[in-house]
Amino acid sequence: MRAALFVTCVNDALHPRTGVAVVRLLERLGVEVDFPAAQSCCGQPQYNTGLRREAEPLLRRTAEAFAGHRYVVTPSGSCTAMVRGHYPRIGRLARQEGRGGRLEAYAEDLAPRVYELSEFLVDVLGVTDVGAYYPHTVAYHPSCHGLRGLGLGERPRRLLAAVRGLELVELPGAEECCGFGGTFAVKNPDVSAAMGADKAAAAAAAGAEVLCGGDNSCLVHLDGILRRAGSPVRTVHLAEILASTEEEPFA
Amino acid sequence: MTRAGVHGTDGMHGMRGMRGTQGADGAQAAFLGMPAFPEAARRAVHDPVLRANLRHATHTIRGRRARAVAELADWDRLRAAGKAIKDHTLRHLDRYLVQLEESVTAAGGTVHWAVDAAEACRIVTRLVHATGAREVVKVKSMATQEIGLNEALEEAGIASYETDLAELIVQLGHDRPSHILVPAIHRNRGEIRDVFAREMGRWGRPAPDGLGDDPRELAEAARRHLREKFLRAQVAVSGANFMVAETGTLVVFESEGNGRMCLTLPETLISVVGIEKVVPTFRDLEVFLQTLPRSSTAERMNPYTTMWTGTAGGDGPTAFHLVLLDNGRTDTLADAVGRQALRCIRCSACLNVCPVYERAGGHAYGSVYPGPIGAVLSPQLRGTGSRVDASLPFASTLCGACEEVCPVAIDIPEVLVHLRERIVQGGPATREGVRVRIRPARGHTAERAALRAARLLLDHPGALRAGERLLARARRLRPRRLPGPGRAWTDSRDLPEPPEQPFRDWWEQRERQDERRKP
Repeated sequence: MRAALFVTCVNDALHPRTGVAVVRLLERLGVEVDFPAAQSCCGQPQYNTGLRREAEPLLRRTAEAFAGHRYVVTPSGSCTAMVRGHYPRIGRLARQEGRGGRLEAYAEDLAPRVYELSEFLVDVLGVTDVGAYYPHTVAYHPSCHGLRGLGLGERPRRLLAAVRGLELVELPGAEECCGFGGTFAVKNPDVSAAMGADKAAAAAAAGAEVLCGGDNSCLVHLDGILRRAGSPVRTVHLAEILASTEEEPFA
Repeated sequence: MTRAGVHGTDGMHGMRGMRGTQGADGAQAAFLGMPAFPEAARRAVHDPVLRANLRHATHTIRGRRARAVAELADWDRLRAAGKAIKDHTLRHLDRYLVQLEESVTAAGGTVHWAVDAAEACRIVTRLVHATGAREVVKVKSMATQEIGLNEALEEAGIASYETDLAELIVQLGHDRPSHILVPAIHRNRGEIRDVFAREMGRWGRPAPDGLGDDPRELAEAARRHLREKFLRAQVAVSGANFMVAETGTLVVFESEGNGRMCLTLPETLISVVGIEKVVPTFRDLEVFLQTLPRSSTAERMNPYTTMWTGTAGGDGPTAFHLVLLDNGRTDTLADAVGRQALRCIRCSACLNVCPVYERAGGHAYGSVYPGPIGAVLSPQLRGTGSRVDASLPFASTLCGACEEVCPVAIDIPEVLVHLRERIVQGGPATREGVRVRIRPARGHTAERAALRAARLLLDHPGALRAGERLLARARRLRPRRLPGPGRAWTDSRDLPEPPEQPFRDWWEQRERQDERRKP
């Protein structure tokens, strides 16, 4: 089994450890990992801000970078939702606006091959116990695009529940957005920070040492709020917990 | 617009052609000077009483709605059916509106066409004047709020009395509604008691001495205050939740019985209804009778559903006028993505689940339509010219909770992104029946430039890598607070700690080591 890692721009630049964790985890599970170096950003910041045309070159780049790879795995629900949910729309609109069918063909070709990490583990590899060890109290925040956009459901929690040593605690109001929302975080900073503060408070109230999520963009926001408040709660990406073993602790 | 004018054309186009009167747009005009959403929201976010009121109310109704919906095994199919009925009707709106006019007329009613708020207000004012009445009782109605009817009537010397409990609280408190279903959601019991004690006596029967803040006591005070108005009213003004083209029947869903009083006691009934409220057949109501109460008040069925078809001798009003309101709806219908907002049945489930609404409150949306649906409706009905309207499509994290609960499956995030595009990039739109090209809005220049620059960087791997390495080298410079626009991040959050090297460098190193290890 071979899979290409779509690490995402946020992880490449700010959270390389998450990418390293995915490589380590997948290799441990017997998957050969490729990293096509031509990859970059999926274009979601541009698309969500109303600059759809600016997202088009990034769609083309992403599709070309992963051409021919049967499985493309990404540690981000948000970027998966972009490729699966919005790429076909961007392609369709480009065609309707008279700019040809290339983008649409790219989008339709790539979309079904892209998997969010927990989907790839549970649905493609068919594992929930990945042999991880992580002796901490963890609350899981299901980010919106994974939860509602992809319908990840219980997959991430099932993976966490199978981790030895890990105590999974219920996060009150888990399904509510953390307030990041891309440029929302800076365009509506007061509401964004209020939502983040409520999420941080919920994690603390749950007695969690670690607030785990599947999207580092949300976690950057939450981590910033937790640190500013001097909270002992840390944010850790799901991949880093799953990559940890007794012999080689990771996160 | 006269009926003859409509019969001469195919309805919709006739209305477009008649547009052009741009008078004072009543309440909506009052909103135009509103600050942009982020500024208005800031006040609400830092008001602990308001935050507590909103949190308590939205979370309570959110949970109840979820339970009421879960009872129905065929909810998804009801939702799909509601969407299909609305889409079909909107596709053939011209035909169904003319059919509705014929049915209402045949049943003894009179139909008036209003192209905008000013025209609708003029029609209602003229109709009330013709009865000789100086006051009207009102059934809670979003359409009359939208056109600022109370203010227009007041200018013409006609007093209008809101009879819905929450609307009464808002009206007596000289306040603005902040929720579609629960307009006084931002008020708690103590605040309501104070408003009643202070204001009721100025408008009619005063609140009893020593009024407490027990909900039953408050409701009783409102009941007695309103009873006087119901019994002497000659004219009632309502909206409608649905209009049936086939039969000419109008329908109002309500909980308090005030609507039933208004719709049956006065001699004259005037209903102002948006043109998108029509459904083809009586049978179509079956779907919405199930989805609307569960989505809005979380009830299996609302306590009062009043249906009326024209006039009937000796039973209810002897004169019935229906004012069909466009006010930007035809323009909205012309937009292939945005038109789905016209499916809305005003249940307000999207407000109750919205984490942004919960913290920003309804007033920040600068419209009688707050919350997610307001953020897609107001910039379409009013255009994106004002600061508040241009800011509304950005008043969302695109979390999708609204779409999930919508009983007519409006993809609100899709419309939000579509409207963002119109604001930031510019693009085609229809305003007052004319296809226009919207120019990119001011105030997004820096963001546009930044995201274009980011795209150029991200589309050039060499430049991207150089940028990432620069970030890694500058990691020790991480400031606690950024200057300028960066403050919006660092005022409330620490900056992330940049890593020693980007992922792609780690990967490359590993590859090189692997190469070396190979024989």
